[in-house]
Amino acid sequence: MIYQNPSILGCLYFRNFQFLKTRIMKKEEIPQDDGALNKLTKEVVYAIDNTGKYTTELSTGWDVKINALDVAWKDIEERVAAAKQKVLNKEASPILYFMELRLMDIPIVAAYTGFWKWTIKQHIKPTVFDKLPERKLQQYASAFNVSIADLKTMTVHED
Amino acid sequence: MKINFEHLQAAHCENGVTTNLLKSAGANKLTEPLSFGIGSGIFFVHIPFLKINKGPAIAFRTMPGLIFKRTCKSLNIPVVRKKFSSKEQAEKVLEECLEAGHAVGCQVGVYYLTYFPKEYRFHFNAHNLIVYGREDDRYLISDPVMENVTTLSKYELERVRFAKGALAPRGQLYYPKGNTLVTDDQMRSAIRHGIKKSVNDMLNIPFNIAGVKGIAGTGKKIKKWRDQLGQQKAGLYLAQLVRMQEEIGTGGGGFRYIYGAFLQEAHAYHHNDELLEISKIFTQSGDLWRTAAVQAAGIYKGRIGSQQDFNTMGDYLIEISEIEKKAFQALGQIKWQ
Repeated sequence: MIYQNPSILGCLYFRNFQFLKTRIMKKEEIPQDDGALNKLTKEVVYAIDNTGKYTTELSTGWDVKINALDVAWKDIEERVAAAKQKVLNKEASPILYFMELRLMDIPIVAAYTGFWKWTIKQHIKPTVFDKLPERKLQQYASAFNVSIADLKTMTVHED
Repeated sequence: MKINFEHLQAAHCENGVTTNLLKSAGANKLTEPLSFGIGSGIFFVHIPFLKINKGPAIAFRTMPGLIFKRTCKSLNIPVVRKKFSSKEQAEKVLEECLEAGHAVGCQVGVYYLTYFPKEYRFHFNAHNLIVYGREDDRYLISDPVMENVTTLSKYELERVRFAKGALAPRGQLYYPKGNTLVTDDQMRSAIRHGIKKSVNDMLNIPFNIAGVKGIAGTGKKIKKWRDQLGQQKAGLYLAQLVRMQEEIGTGGGGFRYIYGAFLQEAHAYHHNDELLEISKIFTQSGDLWRTAAVQAAGIYKGRIGSQQDFNTMGDYLIEISEIEKKAFQALGQIKWQ
């Protein structure tokens, strides 16, 4: 029964001003926090004005979702670092590293290179990767937007 | 060449493209909430077993492309839609359309969309923008989520039109054919159809993966995430939920506020006071989605994280499910004049 009254629950578990700020989406209460998108544009959000009518307003961002994006990127960075370590330990080929770096998964790599998924899984093994001909390496290099030399050495030039 | 075209910023890309394209084709009373409601954009689905960016596959809206398709169909506006296997052909047809004076909607991938900030460039292939002309080597682009218009080079546009992976756009372009004035009667019937379709989508899909049952189903799953996935991964999953709910395009509260706005605007056509009352329920639902997002943020930031906190999070969704169920049932019972 208790969850039927969210405001009580909220106070119990979230003694935080931000909670109060977001409880009712009124026009003047739209959060204006500094998000990554703010570099490019403000975004449209919908809210209620004093007369109870819906209207739009521009927002620079909201901490809650900015943090959600940060969490996603932190996870990506950890995966890239883990992949790099695996390649250095000779447990995987640089394909794994670039796949993580370019936010891809095996189906996406397959779509960009034209290889089958199980072929790519083979190519992720360092012993198989070392024997790949230039032509196949080029397919990976184009998919990852790097040169073959950089592909082999895990070198990234920021574009 | 440059087509006379008015850029209007919208919360969501497909709503924006639909509204802006159809406005130029005679449906001049269309607004973003009306397109969203007529196209039955509101939805909830949590697809089991499928993972997007290593997180749960959750959406607060219908399949990409459907809003445009349904809105055009309801308003009786014929549409030209083309996909291509060759990049040359895709560019040729785009050029021909622009020559003929059509502003054209394009489905694109976000990963190579150069004007987007890096933080937002994932392999997401269902973004929409409008090409409304070309000056020398650069196409003129109206991206509805942006305040201002922008440009892309030929190569950049080709790359995003032929992005690969799930929902690959394959150069897809679309535009309304001809110019027909939409009457108020057509708007009225389109609104009615849109609402009926949404009621059906949200209430009548079996199993607990979609609609209001889906929301409660996800709520129940969330309570188990802490044990099943561990603290860190559960946090990641919740972050993904919040991003789907609040990230660019939803207008806040997982599209629930836009839907509230739609019902208010629908009232101008149908003069049925129940619409205004039900609009308030959607505001309430949107508020609760945002309260849930704040709770989720507490978890993925590591400030809270006990099983009790996950239960609270799950209970929010179960309560939202109840609220929306009432709202859609009320919508289903409206007596249209």
